[in-house]
Amino acid sequence: MTGGGVARALDLVTRVRGVRGAMLVSAADGIVVADQLMEGIKGAAVAALAASLASRLGRAMTAAGVGESVFWHLQGSAGALLVVPAASAILVVAVAEPEVNVGLVRLELLRAAEAVG
Amino acid sequence: MADEVKVLSAQLAQDPASLLFLRLGELLRQRGQLDAAHRVALNGLERHPHLADAHDLYARVLADKRDYERAFDEWDMALRIAPAHLGALKGLAFLYFKVGDVAQAVAHLEAAQRAAPDDPGIIQAVAMVRGGRVSAAASGLGIERVPEPAARGADQLSEEHVFAGLEGAQEGLLLLDASGRVLGGALRDPGGHDVSEPVAAYLAGVSQEAARTAKLLGLGTWTGLSAEGRQGHVHLAQPTAEALLLVVRDRSVPMGRLAIIAHRAAQAARRWLERQG
Repeated sequence: MTGGGVARALDLVTRVRGVRGAMLVSAADGIVVADQLMEGIKGAAVAALAASLASRLGRAMTAAGVGESVFWHLQGSAGALLVVPAASAILVVAVAEPEVNVGLVRLELLRAAEAVG
Repeated sequence: MADEVKVLSAQLAQDPASLLFLRLGELLRQRGQLDAAHRVALNGLERHPHLADAHDLYARVLADKRDYERAFDEWDMALRIAPAHLGALKGLAFLYFKVGDVAQAVAHLEAAQRAAPDDPGIIQAVAMVRGGRVSAAASGLGIERVPEPAARGADQLSEEHVFAGLEGAQEGLLLLDASGRVLGGALRDPGGHDVSEPVAAYLAGVSQEAARTAKLLGLGTWTGLSAEGRQGHVHLAQPTAEALLLVVRDRSVPMGRLAIIAHRAAQAARRWLERQG
């Protein structure tokens, strides 16, 4: 995927009101591939934590028989982390305010994941 | 009685907008023809969505089908439309008692008693609920058809379980401690195999990672983790600081509804944990 394509994919996500940043993360090692983050968000930490949580959650979901994760959402009292795994072992990640429109972010993350391939 | 069903069916066919569906649906329910009762109640509800009695009828049918979560929603809706609706108050009392919330059960029965002070069924039900006899209370309220003796035994046994009365209590609801040990409920994979223990073991790690992530990213206290899988949906919550709750449903259950189910299951889990001392 081209640099412009990545930027457009992240644009789709960050345009949603309440999203503080979006990034592409390597699922295997938790390294940032690309990001568009508001100031103050630690990209490297978000990437590492999202990848680690995705890996652990994936094992639990497989054991539960519900298959691979398509979308997941960690809700916190002061914010949220929303993630869609793309086909190419990339995680599309959004960091958002607690009152964000989760349905809309999910749609944009799925669209971005498709664009990432 | 069969004739009455025929007569009512014919009259309803002639006048589909009438309220005869209430009598017909209840009659079918009492006869145990639950699928037919379900169709009649649902058709009636579609025509009369703002009629509390229609929601009450549908809730009764759902309760007979042991779909307690949706029955709760329907009785709750009936009460929003008509706050002193006797059937809805009795129904919710019954459901609260089933999940072990005696205080709420009694509060709803007392509200029902205020609405109908001379109803002997309610007076009896209050006594039964306080005495812990759910089947007798349900029978007195006319909520559930009296189950067969074997089923009744199983019902009493289920009251000891953490998620008694909740849909999926032994296949899609799991309570575990922070170390990944199962406290209650059970989880079965689509093949019907019990996967409670391996899933509980993995979840302990998920919970720790969720807490770490929320803390380090400034997300505050984590309140839930929901995930959409290719074959099903899961929701993880913390009913108490030392316990974790997992709800699993197939993909037909939307994520938003899963969060509601999790909220109710978490309430049941908290009460159960308190009772364990």
